[in-house]
Amino acid sequence: MSRPFLPRSGIEQQPAALDRRAVLGAGVGLVTTLAIAPARASSELAAAIRGFTGGAEPKTGKVTLDIAPLVENGNAVGVEVKVDHPMTPDNFVRDIAIFTEKNPSPDVAVFHLSPKMGRAHVVTRMRLATTQNVAAVARLSDGSTWQDIREVIVTIAACTEE
Amino acid sequence: MATANILVPRNAIRAGDVILLKTIISHPMETGYRRNETGGEIPRNIIRRMICRYDGQEVFSVEMHQAIAANPFMAFSLVATKSGPVEIEWVGDHGFSHRQSAQITVTG
Repeated sequence: MSRPFLPRSGIEQQPAALDRRAVLGAGVGLVTTLAIAPARASSELAAAIRGFTGGAEPKTGKVTLDIAPLVENGNAVGVEVKVDHPMTPDNFVRDIAIFTEKNPSPDVAVFHLSPKMGRAHVVTRMRLATTQNVAAVARLSDGSTWQDIREVIVTIAACTEE
Repeated sequence: MATANILVPRNAIRAGDVILLKTIISHPMETGYRRNETGGEIPRNIIRRMICRYDGQEVFSVEMHQAIAANPFMAFSLVATKSGPVEIEWVGDHGFSHRQSAQITVTG
């Protein structure tokens, strides 16, 4: 049966960071592996990232991808990306891209920034089809690329459910 | 007809302040991956781009894909330089187009 997406109104709150210790302390044994090692890109995710960077492997750092590590509903997941870098006319963050590892398509959004923004800071809401890694990649005006990858555990999927 | 909302901070804005703009627009963002009751594909219908213009210049734009949630929400920073409108344009599949502006008032 077809289920239309529920209409929503108003401005969504910014994504709330779910404290890992609180999650672990609550006895959710599933997520113990999450807290230990930083997430690593699968080959599909890595290919999408290389498509954006023109083949280069992004460096780790500068980019902060803020997304809840455990989400109940994959239909609208708050995601916030900040890049710790100046936004001056000759040295700024040019683009930010978000990719997923296991959605039907890895592409989520590409943000084109300008020094007029003052800060490299974007917020949106995205869909997650299943538990997977999410990557945020930033391209600076000097051409260098930086990334942050997070694993998100999803209990209700988006995209393909009927 | 789509309805959109642009939220500009209400507290006093001074020239040079970095403000956070929030935008939302009603749209199903139909992915094209779902099927209807009879098994037929529900065609893709998404907003492809959002463009933000301020003080005569394009300051920010977004390319969206199917993984953006229904009723796309975008928040982003902007340096308030002078009073004037900030104009947002959304463009999507099947000729979808919506423009809306909000007033930025800079005091001092």
